[in-house]
Amino acid sequence: MSVALELGGLEKHFGALHVTRSVSLTLEAGARHALIGPNGAGKTTLVNLVTGALKPDAGRVVLGGRDITGLSQAERVQAGIARTFQINQLFRGLSALENVVLALAERDNDARNWWRPAGLNSALLDEGMAILKSLGIVGDAEKTIAGLPYGRQRLVEIAITLALKPKVLLLDEPAAGVPSVESDVILDVIAALPSDIAVLIIEHDMDVVFRFAKEITVLVDGGVLTSGPPEEIAVNPEVKAVYLGEESHG
Amino acid sequence: MSGGIDPTAHLRNRHRWRPVEALPWLTAIAAFAFLSDYSALGTQIIIMIIFALSVDLILGYAGIVTLGHAAYFGAGAYATGMLSAHLGWNEPISALLMGGIAGGLLGYVSGQVLLRYHGLTLLMLTLAFAILLQEAANTAAPITGGFDGLQGIAFDPILGIFENDLWGYNYYWYSLAVLALMFLVARRIAYSPFGRSLVGVRENVRRMNAIGSPVFSRLVAIYTISAAMAGIAGGLFAQSNAFVTLDVLSFARSGTVLIVLVLGGTGRLYGAFIGGAVYMILEDELSRMSPEFWEIGVGLVLVAVVLFFRGGLLGAVDIAVRRLRGKGAS
Repeated sequence: MSVALELGGLEKHFGALHVTRSVSLTLEAGARHALIGPNGAGKTTLVNLVTGALKPDAGRVVLGGRDITGLSQAERVQAGIARTFQINQLFRGLSALENVVLALAERDNDARNWWRPAGLNSALLDEGMAILKSLGIVGDAEKTIAGLPYGRQRLVEIAITLALKPKVLLLDEPAAGVPSVESDVILDVIAALPSDIAVLIIEHDMDVVFRFAKEITVLVDGGVLTSGPPEEIAVNPEVKAVYLGEESHG
Repeated sequence: MSGGIDPTAHLRNRHRWRPVEALPWLTAIAAFAFLSDYSALGTQIIIMIIFALSVDLILGYAGIVTLGHAAYFGAGAYATGMLSAHLGWNEPISALLMGGIAGGLLGYVSGQVLLRYHGLTLLMLTLAFAILLQEAANTAAPITGGFDGLQGIAFDPILGIFENDLWGYNYYWYSLAVLALMFLVARRIAYSPFGRSLVGVRENVRRMNAIGSPVFSRLVAIYTISAAMAGIAGGLFAQSNAFVTLDVLSFARSGTVLIVLVLGGTGRLYGAFIGGAVYMILEDELSRMSPEFWEIGVGLVLVAVVLFFRGGLLGAVDIAVRRLRGKGAS
């Protein structure tokens, strides 16, 4: 198996706060990897280090053998890393289709064209429709995001990332804030993601994690506590103590 | 159910010309036919529309707020004016082009700094930048004429035929032709993938970063284009008036163009047309009625429009059309 993403000794401080401690992690191509940990463990910081929203103090991010630590956020997306946000980041005033088409236009470098009408690029519009269809939201194509239920907006987040044809996909709490009736649909979509994409899911909900992940990494206080297949993690006493234990009270 | 209608139809056809888009141009022609005594005012309206159009590109599409766009209008006005006044470069079209280039260059350079900021900070920085420029023009009196204004502008007839006649007929058509050209460019940009990506930046910068868009360079690009367009508006101003004062760089001018755009409606190009025409005509009429208090009248109209129609006058037209159609259907 080839390696899709490799994090080597990532470090990050916010002032005196040591939020990422020597985190190393490897994602095989097509991986289904979950990152779990209690609140404040540094999960979102780690996502930001991978996507380039933050620069690490030390360590490196390697994508498919290429060191991308020095690249900007936009360049990393072009290189093949896409993400969804814990809280939707969508173009709320635009239709679902145009949300996806904007991503497609960036991927194909079409968005630099300032003369030819965007509407003449049939291929992009068709591809946008196909992506919406594959996620079961083609009926929302013309609807403005602001008018969609939160769960369906969540699916548009995923649709946008799929439009980018990523090698690595980071899902930051994809089911967060979604009513349980709708969350099943999202989980089905995640389960059906293209198998060539390596997926790293950051999640609080243990049901989601155990249903989805082939490999789990537990993050505590900014550092990796342990990594392993779900069966091992589920019975790991250390993990139970710091994390699952807390959950079972709730 | 959307029935048999293609859900992509809206995006596919959005850029096509609609019959109603002939209206501003027919109005401009009719205005000349019936109100030719007002050609000079007409020219100033057209210049305001070009200036407002330039601001709509950055504010209405990319969401860049500014209180200093007079900097580029003024740069164009001085560049065009000084070419004639100092160098005897009296060919109007090439001099106007140079005004656009001056505005664009200044936009490109200042944009490198300004566009790293957003919101209120950006608003204050653009304001400060324009004031600095105005002060610099004041200090550089030997070349700009300073407080007394730039004198000695004497452009040749347009294309060697049409001179700046006393009634302003020729400059009306000249300005209208420039507006048509500017509008065509703005409209191409607005419906292009680049223009749509600017709307993306306006809607959500974080998402644009996350889909790999080089946001900063996009903003610099549209800011440069907008500044060049403002420079051309300024150049036309210098040519039609054959005079430039520090007023072209003033805060009042930066503010006025914003008022014009908000009055007309932002992010749809035609807001500049309706806002520019209504504002300039109001100013002309009210200042004749009451030279001292006309601004109160303009202020009241603006307050009324903003209170009742959030999309400006064009937004009000939308509402009216929708009501009429609704009645027709039922």
